[in-house]
Amino acid sequence: MNAWRRLTDGVGSGPMRALGVLAALLLAAPFLLRILPAGDYWLSILILVLYFSYVGQAWNIMMGFAGQLSLGHALYLGLGGYTAAALYFNLGIGPWLGVFAAIAVAMLAGGLVGYLGFRFSLAGVYFALLTIAFAEFTRILFDHFKWVGGSGGLFLKIEPEGSALNLQGGPLLFYYVILALAAVAFVLCRWLLTSRLGYYWLAIREDPEAAQAAGINVLRYKMLAVVVSAGLTSVGGVWAAFYSKNLYPESAFAVGRSIEVILAPIIGGLGTLFGPIVGSALLVGLGDLFTALAEKLANDYGIKIAGLKQIGYGLALLLIVMFRRDGVWPWLSRRLGLHRRAEDRS
Amino acid sequence: MSGAHLAVHGIGKSFRGLRAVSDVAFDVPSGAIHALIGPNGAGKTTCFNMIAGVFAPDSGDIRLDERSIAGLRPDQICAAGIGRTFQIVKPFMGLTVEENVTIGALARTPHVPEARAQARQLLHDLGLGDRRTALAASLTLPDRKRLEVARALATQPRLLLLDEVMAGLRPTETDQMVAFLKALNARTGVTILLIEHVMRAVMALSQHIIVLHHGEKIAEGTPEEVTRDPAVLEVYLGQE
Repeated sequence: MNAWRRLTDGVGSGPMRALGVLAALLLAAPFLLRILPAGDYWLSILILVLYFSYVGQAWNIMMGFAGQLSLGHALYLGLGGYTAAALYFNLGIGPWLGVFAAIAVAMLAGGLVGYLGFRFSLAGVYFALLTIAFAEFTRILFDHFKWVGGSGGLFLKIEPEGSALNLQGGPLLFYYVILALAAVAFVLCRWLLTSRLGYYWLAIREDPEAAQAAGINVLRYKMLAVVVSAGLTSVGGVWAAFYSKNLYPESAFAVGRSIEVILAPIIGGLGTLFGPIVGSALLVGLGDLFTALAEKLANDYGIKIAGLKQIGYGLALLLIVMFRRDGVWPWLSRRLGLHRRAEDRS
Repeated sequence: MSGAHLAVHGIGKSFRGLRAVSDVAFDVPSGAIHALIGPNGAGKTTCFNMIAGVFAPDSGDIRLDERSIAGLRPDQICAAGIGRTFQIVKPFMGLTVEENVTIGALARTPHVPEARAQARQLLHDLGLGDRRTALAASLTLPDRKRLEVARALATQPRLLLLDEVMAGLRPTETDQMVAFLKALNARTGVTILLIEHVMRAVMALSQHIIVLHHGEKIAEGTPEEVTRDPAVLEVYLGQE
């Protein structure tokens, strides 16, 4: 009960009820969506939204909370996915066990990146370059790593009779797993922000020198941010590997994949809990909208514009970043009258 | 809680061959209020930074209650019982006033509610109680200075290093700060070492003044002694 009070401290009854309704809607979504035409399609969209809000939440711990820019989170996604998938493929160890190995591997990698970067006081873009470099050379390493299929990739068999115990099943299974992950990450981040650790991260983000003078071991807490973020991210990688059932070094560790991870929290609002969720819904929605628009123009009017989707998507992002510098959520929460303090992190 | 005894033994520091501080020694007894004065570039802040662990002295030793603290990291120095403010204030801009001070209080307790309660009390004592939910970035300079003091005090220091906390304050605000620091010193016995240009504050607060010039100590003594010292007069007023 104490934990519940701590998590909900300072949250009004209105927002709590709204959260409850949202949770109920998400739980019932697969069944509600069946009423719609193309319900399966809408479910797959919702799955993407939840996936990006989950990994966005994990990345946000590093950048939004502790102020450390990582542009190489594909490293942890890829390592997580490969670890669990290779254990299952080669040794028959199921992903519910394999995920712990995945978390351990990703945390080790995060610890290494963090230690090299922070021990030698790399900050800002220089640290970000290091994170890209690690993701890139891991990609090249995996190209030659025969145990996981090398550059030819790793394919998980589709097991129609496979059970949830091996994370095998239809969209419904993957929907509920990613929903659970997104919910856990949300609650965990709220918990972290109300803990000493969270306060320390914010202090380091705001001013590392003043943080240190206030008694904070800056190296230790930055390391913790990377390791926690890497571990959480890797679970998303495991989920994604079993969802797509194929892994290539070229895509698993791609820079583009790292960028995908960071867009939702940036658009939604860095350092906020709802930022990654709102950002993810907005981005997946916009991407889908422009795909549909391009298709409609091509099919109904015979107008084919190459790259229309990418241009539209890019322009939309540009406009959001220009007009909502702090992200959409801080603005939205003010609009909804949710913020009770000068600044709102919840 | 009582004050700590600071002993500085012949510390020196060079930056790329340029001597910023050389062979400076002084002593601040437990519970005393001492001031470090001198013209710009005298090495006052460099001395502070060595005591606070921002850089290690090239030579000499710094002892807090007989324990050597020279070369420790700033967070270790804070844990040892030294709190500091920055000459150019460094509040956590994006956080609220209360969060700023709570972070300081968390140095002594892992419990956030307890740290928050301590922060509120300190903010109340420093006259920032009604600003506690405001963002630090929205504060005026005098309020930011007070916030710096509150955050440093929240770490429950036994020695407080104040780097020009009166600069930019109006006379009435200076008097308030002086009264607060005097009361704090009387109540808790915390040792205070301050760098200050505002002589009105220096004279009102400190029992003992150390004068630096070109990185060297040129005089020390009571305010009366120091203001009559020919070497000090020369530095401040020029040769007759």
